[in-house]
Amino acid sequence: MNDVDDVYDVVVVGAGPGGSMAAKTAAELGLKVLMVEKRQEIGAPVRCAEGVSKEELSSLVDVKKAWIAAEVAGAKIYSPSNEVITLSAEQAGNEVGYILERKIFDRWLAKQAAKAGAEVMVKTTAIGIEKKKESLKIKLRRMGEEFDVYASIVIGADGVESRVGKWMGIDTTLRLNEIESCVQYLITNLKYDMDYCHFWLGHNRSPGGYIWMFPKGNSSGNFGIGVMPSMAKKPAKAYLDDFLEKEGVDTTHVVEVVAGGVPVSPMEKASAERCLLVGDAARHADPITGGGIINAMKGGKIAGEVAAEAVKRNDFSAKFLSVYDRRWKEDFGKTLERNKALQKKLLKMSDETMDKLVRCLKDCDLKDMSVGSIVKALIKKNPKLFWDLKDLFL
Amino acid sequence: MPSKEVVVDRFKCAYCGACVSVCKNNANELVETFLVINRELCNCCGLCVKVCPMNALRIEEV
Ligand SMILES: Cc1cc2nc3c(=O)[nH]c(=O)nc-3n(C[C@H](O)[C@H](O)[C@H](O)COP(=O)(O)OP(=O)(O)OC[C@H]3O[C@@H](n4cnc5c(N)ncnc54)[C@H](O)[C@@H]3O)c2cc1C
Ligand code: SF4
Ligand code: SF4
Repeated sequence: MNDVDDVYDVVVVGAGPGGSMAAKTAAELGLKVLMVEKRQEIGAPVRCAEGVSKEELSSLVDVKKAWIAAEVAGAKIYSPSNEVITLSAEQAGNEVGYILERKIFDRWLAKQAAKAGAEVMVKTTAIGIEKKKESLKIKLRRMGEEFDVYASIVIGADGVESRVGKWMGIDTTLRLNEIESCVQYLITNLKYDMDYCHFWLGHNRSPGGYIWMFPKGNSSGNFGIGVMPSMAKKPAKAYLDDFLEKEGVDTTHVVEVVAGGVPVSPMEKASAERCLLVGDAARHADPITGGGIINAMKGGKIAGEVAAEAVKRNDFSAKFLSVYDRRWKEDFGKTLERNKALQKKLLKMSDETMDKLVRCLKDCDLKDMSVGSIVKALIKKNPKLFWDLKDLFL
Repeated sequence: MPSKEVVVDRFKCAYCGACVSVCKNNANELVETFLVINRELCNCCGLCVKVCPMNALRIEEV
């Protein structure tokens, strides 16, 4: 017999924004929750450029000054030949507004989960799951010691390196055209307009991705790159170093190096019997921007709610849990699909065409324009060039 | 016959997990923040080498 101490309604694997949000929601709804995180420190090392939309974040949590590193007014986008357009935060969409201090934010969010009643264990890795008749036996390893806990349902919030899905029968392995390979330096003494996020486009300098600089207060900023491994001819770091040299960025003040991978190809099903996947583990990051914090949080919240409903009904079947897929698709899944289709077109677009696109945008009056109306304006201006995009937006 | 293996340069690795996400064979794992490659499962397909942002992985003849 198990003793009740190690029996939970839900075990959440991973304490990133997705996991903490799921654990918090499930605990608030009265479930007995355990969240395990294999790192010794929640939120570190960071694997993120830390940009989020103000509006979206405020709809999910009470914004605290302690974890806002900077606020930006909008985005500057540089075409392959460095034509610049400036967008306000509303126009630029999801990833600009606040720049977080994720080391503090992730920890704060985990604390919210703990406050709601979830147990939290760090330096604790999930190493396997055994399906039992009436529950799951989840194998954990903490500081070299292995032990088991039991749960009715597991929420896999274990990020890009996810194993939970694989253990539960969902293939989450990414192909080389389904991931952005990223590296980023936190640099101080930067000489850019720090009221804006900066984005540099062009397959030449960042094949299948882009380069960014997100301000983090004073003169420091996250300067990073994402490349698609199927298109890149050298490692991401080599592209970033080349770019910084060409831009004349002084790299004698790099105070942090960050690397990471972001899934940029959504999947159909993020649920299975007794299992829900959230965040990067469910490939919920945006295929165009690579932004995944907000969707991880939204998915985490939905997963927590669905888990509570499943416990109430005592129904952990794949059939019932597919309600999770329906709900995240209704929420942000449609945008993921649309941006995946747009991404496919952008990947094929030459640097010359991208230059023309940015030039056209410069001429358009961009005030209060949605992506849809931007594309409409573009098509009107240059039907031959942009006709291709019409199915996606009109 | 020369055999091959994937090796990680610990001085370059930033423990980001990108390589883990592309391995079909579950041959690599971040043990907390330490990348471990299981030679028994690895078939030296090289996908992880391609995805590594830090150029920390290489295939070596042994
Ligand atoms: C360079 C870079 C820049 C980015 N920039 C942005 C940005 O500006 N804006 C944005 O919105 N998004 C950005 N992203 C994406 C964003 O970081 C992710 O989408 C987000 O962190 C996903 O949250 P998550 O909770 O799903 O996973 P994560 O935050 O990755 O958390 C997963 C956690 O699970 C833990 N874990 C894994 N396996 C186990 C196990 N077996 N047992 C226990 N714990 C485990 C990990 O240690 C980790 O802490 C960026 C990503 C990268 C790499
Ligand atoms: S070479 Fe292939 S099989 Fe071996 S660890 Fe890398 S991705 Fe996995
Ligand atoms: S992808 Fe490279 S830097 Fe990241 S964990 Fe693997 S070897 Fe280390």
